[in-house]
Amino acid sequence: MSDLVEELLAGKHRALARVISKIEDRSPGYRDIVSELHRHTGGADVIGVTGSPGAGKSTLVDKVAAAYRDRDLTVGVIAIDPSSPFTGGAVLGDRIRMGSNTGDMDVFFRSMSARGSLGGLSTATTDAVTALDAFGKDKIIIETVGAGQNEIDIVRTADTVAVLVPPDSGDDVQMLKAGILEIADLFAVNKADLDGADRTVQQLTEMLHYGDGRSDSDDGWEPPVIETVANSGEGVEAFTSAIDEHLSYLDESGQRDEKKRSRYEAEIRTLLRADANELLAAELAARGGIDQFVDDVFTRGSDPYTVVEEIVAPLRTCLERERE
Amino acid sequence: MSVDQQSDGQRIRCLVAKVGLDGHDRGAHVIARAFRDAGFEVIYSGLHRAPEEVVQAAVQEDVDVLGISILSGAHNTLVPKILEGLTEYDAFGDTLVIVGGIVPDDDKTELRDLGVAEIFGPGASMEEMIDYVRENAPDRER
Repeated sequence: MSDLVEELLAGKHRALARVISKIEDRSPGYRDIVSELHRHTGGADVIGVTGSPGAGKSTLVDKVAAAYRDRDLTVGVIAIDPSSPFTGGAVLGDRIRMGSNTGDMDVFFRSMSARGSLGGLSTATTDAVTALDAFGKDKIIIETVGAGQNEIDIVRTADTVAVLVPPDSGDDVQMLKAGILEIADLFAVNKADLDGADRTVQQLTEMLHYGDGRSDSDDGWEPPVIETVANSGEGVEAFTSAIDEHLSYLDESGQRDEKKRSRYEAEIRTLLRADANELLAAELAARGGIDQFVDDVFTRGSDPYTVVEEIVAPLRTCLERERE
Repeated sequence: MSVDQQSDGQRIRCLVAKVGLDGHDRGAHVIARAFRDAGFEVIYSGLHRAPEEVVQAAVQEDVDVLGISILSGAHNTLVPKILEGLTEYDAFGDTLVIVGGIVPDDDKTELRDLGVAEIFGPGASMEEMIDYVRENAPDRER
């Protein structure tokens, strides 16, 4: 076992931080580390919190983390912020809102940037959750802006998904458009002290009762709509108990294991795709790069299908031989 | 280099921290933004942080660079506390600590002796700081 893994399992914060960096950087050896950590996981509840920018996610997460700490539970938070598509730089500002847990090392807060790599973020997030879980965190919260497939994929890996909706966030068509109804296990209308909160709660409730909002509305769980004022802490208790209820619902209905299985399935598929991609990219490079193939296709000397077949065929033959 | 090419692999992570009773954060904001535009990942602490909070953030975020902005004149009290905290969590050795603010020359020597790598005063240019960070960010074995 590597020193880093040993130190992480022994509860050293520095080691945990360093492991997450390695995961983010995909630096040599990170795979072995995550492999070793996997068998130590399974103890944590993973909660995803998503919502539009300014909905109050960070503030609510801060209060929720404090509530868990009051119950003597340890907490890990992964906050994902976008990075610039131009420079790759990022300002990760979610930490500013973590005012209730400052100086408390048992709340491990980590900011991650999207780093512009397709699909890579969800892998990195899953691996970071693995690290926090193996470290022994009771509750792990993933916080992300609910925009785009990438973010949705990430938040889906959670046991419980909470969607934050600010008051007056447009008419009901907007809510349909956002596609958030399908992924939410519970809703929080945050900033409920503002005008328009009642209407938003009402609209959400109506949407949920249309029945067509959720693809799996027959699974016996009705997503509750909770009013919160994260700033003052109002409704935080109701919010955490809703999470608790959903988690015990998952356990009782056996859905938690089902969810885990499908999560692992997705993980395996993602890794397979990534590695196969790499293999093919290396093969392409070994054959002198993609440009000559593009030239051939451009001058009608070849076509995309033929090119792909040319490159993939040896791989297929090789695999077939191995299988026998 | 395009973003895609460097998306995997090490990226310089910085914590820009305001510590103590000092409400002036325009400079810290400007630096955070300049660092971002230079392609760094910047974590901003927010105002009025206690030394323990800065330590907690630096350790958990595993930053390569800790930039402490102090304009209150309390650097002689606050910076050593942060450095002690970093040592406690084994983070002192491979974190580049820089200070920005108004620091008298005598204090500069003292801070350097304690382990602050560089101190930037009001006249420092953005380029100067960015180049300094690029050149001196710890080369960690990751």
